[in-house]
Amino acid sequence: MVNAAIALVLAPLAAFILIAFMTRRTEALSAMVGIVAAAASLVLSIGLLVGVLADPAGAHESIKWLSIPAIGHFRGLEISMGVLVDPLSATMCVIVSLVAFLVMIYSLGYMKGDPGFSRYYAYLSLFAFSMLGLVVADNYFQTFSFWELVGLCSYLLIGFWFEKKSAADASRKAFITNRWADFGFMVGVLLLFQLFGSFDFTELSTVIPLAKGGAMLPLIAALIFIGPLGKSAQFPFHVWLPDAMEGPTPVSALIHAATMVAAGVYLIARGFILFASVPAVMEGMAYIGGFTALFAASIALVQKDIKRILAYSTLSQLGYMFMALGVGSMSAGMFHLTTHAFFKALLFLGAGSVIHATGEQDIFKMGGLGKKMRITAWAFTIGALALSGIFPLAGFWSKDEILLASLRSGHVGLYVLGLGVAFMTAFYMFRLIFTAFGGASTEGLRAHESGPAMAIPLLVLAALSVVAGLIGSPWFERAFGFSFGSFIFFGEGEKSRLDLTTAAISSLVAVGGIGLAWIMYGKKLIKAERVAAAFGPAYRLLDHKFYIDEIYGWIFARVMLAGGRAFDWIDHKVIDGLFDGLGAATRATGRKLRLTQSGRLQGYALVIFGAVAIAALALSTDLLGGLLK
Amino acid sequence: MLGLNHYLVLAALLFCIGFIGAVAKRNAIAVLMGVELMLNGVNLNLVAFDRFGNHAEPLGQAFAVFIVAVAAAEVAVALAMILTLYRKRGNTNVDDLEGLKW
Amino acid sequence: MSGLPLLPAILLSPFAGALLLALIPEGRKSAIRAIALVSSSFALALSLATMILYDRSLAGMQFVARIPWVGNFGINLDLGVDGLSLPLVLLTAIILFAGVFVTWRLETRSKEFFIYTLLLVGGVFGVFMSMDLLVLFMFIEIAVIPKYVLISVWGSTRKEYAAMKYTMYLLAGSAISLVAIIAIFAYAHDPARGLGVWTFDLASLSTIHFDAGFQKFAFFLMLAGFGVLIPLFPLHRWTPDGHSAAPTAISMLLAGVIMKLGGYALIRVGVGLFPEGAAFWAPLIAVLAAVNAVYIAFVAMVQKDLKFVVANSSISHMGFVLIGIASLNAASMDGAVAQMFAHGIMAALFFAVVGLIYDKAHTRAIADFGGLAHQMPRVAAAFLIAGLASLGLPGMFNFVAEFAVFSGAMQVYPVISVIAISSVVLTAIYVLLVFQRVFFGPRNPRWDHLSDARGVEMVPIVLLAAVLIGLGLYPRLIMDTITGGVLPIVQRIASLHIGGTF
Repeated sequence: MVNAAIALVLAPLAAFILIAFMTRRTEALSAMVGIVAAAASLVLSIGLLVGVLADPAGAHESIKWLSIPAIGHFRGLEISMGVLVDPLSATMCVIVSLVAFLVMIYSLGYMKGDPGFSRYYAYLSLFAFSMLGLVVADNYFQTFSFWELVGLCSYLLIGFWFEKKSAADASRKAFITNRWADFGFMVGVLLLFQLFGSFDFTELSTVIPLAKGGAMLPLIAALIFIGPLGKSAQFPFHVWLPDAMEGPTPVSALIHAATMVAAGVYLIARGFILFASVPAVMEGMAYIGGFTALFAASIALVQKDIKRILAYSTLSQLGYMFMALGVGSMSAGMFHLTTHAFFKALLFLGAGSVIHATGEQDIFKMGGLGKKMRITAWAFTIGALALSGIFPLAGFWSKDEILLASLRSGHVGLYVLGLGVAFMTAFYMFRLIFTAFGGASTEGLRAHESGPAMAIPLLVLAALSVVAGLIGSPWFERAFGFSFGSFIFFGEGEKSRLDLTTAAISSLVAVGGIGLAWIMYGKKLIKAERVAAAFGPAYRLLDHKFYIDEIYGWIFARVMLAGGRAFDWIDHKVIDGLFDGLGAATRATGRKLRLTQSGRLQGYALVIFGAVAIAALALSTDLLGGLLK
Repeated sequence: MLGLNHYLVLAALLFCIGFIGAVAKRNAIAVLMGVELMLNGVNLNLVAFDRFGNHAEPLGQAFAVFIVAVAAAEVAVALAMILTLYRKRGNTNVDDLEGLKW
Repeated sequence: MSGLPLLPAILLSPFAGALLLALIPEGRKSAIRAIALVSSSFALALSLATMILYDRSLAGMQFVARIPWVGNFGINLDLGVDGLSLPLVLLTAIILFAGVFVTWRLETRSKEFFIYTLLLVGGVFGVFMSMDLLVLFMFIEIAVIPKYVLISVWGSTRKEYAAMKYTMYLLAGSAISLVAIIAIFAYAHDPARGLGVWTFDLASLSTIHFDAGFQKFAFFLMLAGFGVLIPLFPLHRWTPDGHSAAPTAISMLLAGVIMKLGGYALIRVGVGLFPEGAAFWAPLIAVLAAVNAVYIAFVAMVQKDLKFVVANSSISHMGFVLIGIASLNAASMDGAVAQMFAHGIMAALFFAVVGLIYDKAHTRAIADFGGLAHQMPRVAAAFLIAGLASLGLPGMFNFVAEFAVFSGAMQVYPVISVIAISSVVLTAIYVLLVFQRVFFGPRNPRWDHLSDARGVEMVPIVLLAAVLIGLGLYPRLIMDTITGGVLPIVQRIASLHIGGTF
């Protein structure tokens, strides 16, 4: 099992090395190498999952990677690298390798003819390696390492079209925003080691519950929690994700929707024991998640760019997952991660298909695409329905699970908030669909259905978006004797439940959202412009994304760069001034002192004689019999 | 009878005369002559100590001979320089020699 | 195994190369290059052999070669390496080797250039191998002086000013540390307090228990003297000018090795002889280190010249070495030594890449560039690797080193460490900003004539990048050796209580 896990991580790395050093010039071969490696990972992951289903105990092996002994009362550093196979990591492996595989196939069509085709596949393979490495990591250090590597891949892929300034800016923004978050993460991990002397998840899970109360543990949990905030783009670190849409669309699907951004959720699930032992952090997590869900959904209401709508939707859904984790239901969070990975990847690939066909991203410049691109339109609609939580699609089950969990844990406020978000989600998704796919076709908009390389992944994901939710349904549990909640859980296995009241309420809300979208954008009974005008200030606030980018930009330019300039000035004027001044003072003294060198030989002789005479007199005081005394 | 002190006083006088000449005269040749007088004052000192002291070896005389020889060489070099100087500038005034001053 | 005279051979190879070069006529370029290459490869091969043959289970000084010198005063040319110095010897050899390739195409006075470079490197080898305090100091001077000539003859951008500044700073530092060295010498000769014999032997000196007042006094002088080399804020100002003015290979050696002399000497002599003095001054070092790391990172953010960015980044990274030393525990000291190695390689790679760009484009102003990744993809990749190493990306050896430093430092100075760690974010900001401005953006036709790195130009890039990544993937290759060297020093300190509420 461990060997399979290692192999499935290393296969994409091998592909990366092969592409980078050997097949770069033959593009078809590069794509082939990447896809074969991803397929190998997928097969091995499924094998792993089957193995774990049979034996949920999984497997764990590690080697010593670095060892510095402890001296005195100081800790040394013991780092190991290992592989941890359990239901959580096996499930995540399947999600990652499946989406990666589909995205690579899709990219055959999407990236066709791009001058950086081989480079693209190299980056994708590197990403698959890093992400899978993160998933199977057995300790915080290793997780952090791969965490940074996926960040690097994200940087490279967002800036894939580096000739565009916007793409280059976005990639840098993504990396640096994450870097700030990882700064907290790293400090947290360091403190964790200081406290417990171990990075290992398994070891920590036995030590942490025994830890005495104190300020340290909450601090550590809070610091480590900052990492997921950045990676999963939660408020206030959310700014990078919408900009990350500058990358190629399949990348957005893979990295910025399905897998990497979910790494934050995964990490929390992985280290749940740590977070669960600090209720304050859990509460904070739930409210940050809930707030981000609402905040991002509200921004999504007014966006015009198809990818940005999806990006804000991703933020909002990730907020949902954080909320689920925060209220203590790890299985609900992971369940939503799983279903979301499928339908959000589907939506992004669908959007990619539209962009590929039309070369347009503004939904208001599209229209009537439904007739020209049937497969895409159907797939996209399925994705949107799943996202809105319509029975019996995937999103229904997982979203319900979250709402139920927040209600059961007594967070009624969050439950109501979640309902509001569900309403907004249904609204903005169908606003998009009615505008872009419905209505009359816009003149001059060329559109055609995409080729099989792009259509097949859409269909596979559409099918998964329909059925994936069922693994968390009571029927599945009745049929097979287990379900998602009894397979991946923290504490006690959870039974799949279907609370009819909450299900009915959330379904009603979702249908209501779709209905409103239909009225406004399908039938155009209410003019959207008039609504915008009626809520002028609010609309502007949303349109500018609450001015958060502006605030950060101001801080960077006015505080950081100004600080840099001020320090540079100190370096040049104060410190250089001091030391150069020392040199100048020496020179000035010399200039004055050399005036004593008159060049008059006889003057020198007089001085020498005088000095000798004084010295002689001084030495001979005894002989002179106290004459001078 | 002439004692050691007589010689020493004479040597001191010679030395002082030479020193005043070396310091006060403007003419380079006069300065040189002053220096020679100083050297001879010293020589006289050395010889006198040697004569009146109780030494197995005539060290003082040896030093005096050394100084005479070195002084001769020195005079040769110095006169050559003064001659060149005179040819270039038409006089031998030491106060004018400040070309190497800063 | 220790019977082979490996260390004298490593030490002599650059000096022998310099001597041979002096006998060759200036015109024979290929012979000059060949000699430089042979002597540097020889040094590299032997250093690698030493690294491999070094017995990690035994640790301590190995390959000891004792050559009596000025016996009356107890000055001996004793050579030996332990886990502390061995990685730095290897580092020097790697950078010299890479530097020869960087200078492969040098046309002006290449003979003199290589002679001075080899002399300098010989001096550096001497510092790292010497077991004698005075000889160590002497070799520092040998390493420092040729640089004056190298910068003022082959340099660029205000080279006379930079060369003078560099020399003045470093000589002033030497003067200060020389006072401490003489004081130690006198102390050791005192039969009541010291050993009663004239000796500069570091091992014997470290058996003396210097009284607390003397430790504080001597360590402070060492700190100020070697602090100039490291460089320690506010003694750092020679670095940006010196690095930027120096020719590429010399910048590589300057940032890669010369700065490490200070850190090495501070650990070996300062901490090694005066644990109490070190503990007394450690909080000051930690504060200054944090200033180094953060303040200079801010400065680097607004530089307009590529080399100034990299030079400032070097100072900032040496802050990690300093805080590692200041924390005085195993993890942090290990990290500090590893950071010296990692930063040396990374800085050399950085300067090699910047030098490559400068040689081709004849400018280093960041604003002049843009879109260079179109014309020079390999250079862009190399720059990115160096940049990622410098911002401490996992997978690079720098990350391992920094993590160890932080792990140790957090236990002693939590607050100061967190401030210092924030510099990894600042580093990311300026590295990526520069990378974007130089390499990203639309294709700029002005640079269409530039060719990508190829042939000999790739040698240093591949070598240095491979070292960074290789050790990043499996750090035990070198970390175990370092640990063996650091442990004895740390164990001496362990009995002392250090640290505070910061």
